[in-house]
Amino acid sequence: MEPIRLISSKTVVLPYTDIDTDQIIPARFLTTTTKAGLGQHAFSNWRYQADGSLNPDFILNQGTAQGCQILIAGNNFGCGSSREHAPWALLDFGFKAVISTEIADIFRSNSLKNGLLPIVIDAENHAWLMSNPGAGLTIDLQNSTLSLPNGKLVTFNIEGFARYCLLNGVDELGFLMNQLDTITQFEQARA
Amino acid sequence: MSAPKTLFEKIWERHEVVPETTDTPAVLYIDLHLVHEVTSPQAFSLLRQQGLKVRRIDRTLATMDHSTPTDPDEIAGRVPIKVKSAAQQIQQLEKNCAEFNIELLNLNSTQRGIVHVVGPELGATQPGKTIVCGDSHTATHGAFGALAFGIGTTEVGHVLATQCLLQRRPKTLAITVDGQLSEGVTAKDLILAIIGKIGVAGGTGQVIEYRGSAIESLSMDGRMTVCNMSIEAGARAGMIAPDETTFAYLKGRPKAPQGVAWDKAVQDWKQLRSDPGATFDREVHISGSELVPMITYGTHPGMVMPIDGQVPNLSGDPVFMKSLAYMGLQPNESLLGKPIQVVFIGSCTNARLSDLELAAKLIKGKRIAPNVRALIVPGSQQIKREAEALGLDKIFIEAGAEWRESGCSMCIGMNGDTVASGQYAVSTSNRNFEGRQGAGARTLLASPATAAASAIRGCVADPRELI
Ligand code: SF4
Repeated sequence: MEPIRLISSKTVVLPYTDIDTDQIIPARFLTTTTKAGLGQHAFSNWRYQADGSLNPDFILNQGTAQGCQILIAGNNFGCGSSREHAPWALLDFGFKAVISTEIADIFRSNSLKNGLLPIVIDAENHAWLMSNPGAGLTIDLQNSTLSLPNGKLVTFNIEGFARYCLLNGVDELGFLMNQLDTITQFEQARA
Repeated sequence: MSAPKTLFEKIWERHEVVPETTDTPAVLYIDLHLVHEVTSPQAFSLLRQQGLKVRRIDRTLATMDHSTPTDPDEIAGRVPIKVKSAAQQIQQLEKNCAEFNIELLNLNSTQRGIVHVVGPELGATQPGKTIVCGDSHTATHGAFGALAFGIGTTEVGHVLATQCLLQRRPKTLAITVDGQLSEGVTAKDLILAIIGKIGVAGGTGQVIEYRGSAIESLSMDGRMTVCNMSIEAGARAGMIAPDETTFAYLKGRPKAPQGVAWDKAVQDWKQLRSDPGATFDREVHISGSELVPMITYGTHPGMVMPIDGQVPNLSGDPVFMKSLAYMGLQPNESLLGKPIQVVFIGSCTNARLSDLELAAKLIKGKRIAPNVRALIVPGSQQIKREAEALGLDKIFIEAGAEWRESGCSMCIGMNGDTVASGQYAVSTSNRNFEGRQGAGARTLLASPATAAASAIRGCVADPRELI
């Protein structure tokens, strides 16, 4: 994985709470055996009309959303299934970070393993971001801060080890593989 | 004497290969890894790329359920599998399990079924185990006093390669349900009421322990229904301390310990309960006696009400109104009597034998309403056989319902079984998200009793009127 330090981008706002993984990528697109090309199905039920054409009313189809790497969403983003296809789809679509007041556990864990930053912030600053779509933000992962165009510097918390892995492009599997002797000892001790 | 511990803490500590520190999460040992066709292919690709083997094939068990069809003709190979990409995914799992030497319950297996049904049924699910699967409803297995939770595909790869996961210790939430459930009120109604009370993010970052007299009185099937939907409250896992009901269920199952090993195991399992005085990060109390049949009206399981209630009026809330617009419902509307087009009795929440027996009891000798398509999908091939031995299939078929092979079916709509756009489905599954059962499908989650009553009446119906 590429190391991640700074993300600077305009935001796009999805003003809904409890956006579940079936919205992020519907199950009918999960019969794939690779990770490739899932971005085309991101938010499929909202992005496309019944005839397959783009829904012009949906925010991600509008000009202002193009190139935005930071998604602002209502409380409890990513609830529902464990499908890692959800962060794969968001990353392939072009997002690098999601900001909410709460992010569901499994989605958060899956995002961290793929380099999509799941960022939880306080309600007040979140409300400001929700009502200021297109705001230019800089996310500094090293310092765990978010700079808002209104001058505010907001701190957020990302689990320390995951943050270390993201900053250094380290793969968690490598860390676990280094523990194999200890794992073997553990297995022998309980056998 | 050591400090009192919760059930969760006891299991967690037994599985810490390396305890967590401020810098690093715990290395947690996994006793049982369940695998299915949808969330595993990319993990096997990773193993192949890195030249890794599966560390413990004896702790890994695969089945096919999610994209697997339930049409008897497709399963028997009399017609090709209709969803081509699903057929490929099924083939890929066959290939991966053969290459990595993993036990697979394949299309021809008499033991195949939904992953959260077959684990317990085979006795692979046991008290005190850590159990994971690339599926959020893995919490189901917590009904046996196991610590069971869903993981993503990257983590599936981690467990295949190392039998371990990197995990931060979650918080604990005790939900105590006192009293007894009334006639017509099921474990499904209980868990829907709990989600309605604590909310769909109420359990985020927490492991729930369900306890109290109403929980202890539940059968294993009922306990699995409750633990299954822990994720719908956002929780990492749900668990219930094992007791005589648990041991009686497991005894003699093919993968359960046998003989002397059984007696030893039961002695150990009896230790697996929260000590008196053990503290939880949070506690919630619910009176089981006051509960009534529940039904959802919105697009997440927290949007739930008593079956004879009215849709709340939050007309000032645009997200709420968007949800009602999707559902084609109005504030203050009652659901009783609302015409429906589909009834689905199935899924890892409610497709076990007692669920089917309950539905059959209400349907017996009656007809499914002419406007309704009723699909009844047993949770496993074994349940299918047991139901057929009791003649339940005949009751359903004579009433006009479809009787299928086991699988996830309409719960997830990626296997050919879907609800059409705009249709209302009373469903015994666990998610009423937009498009979950098919693009535009409108899901009303309820118990098997409510689903059966609604199938007969052709509209949302209160099961208590038919019992
Ligand atoms: S029945 Fe539904 S919830 Fe259960 S494992 Fe299958 S798709 Fe998931």
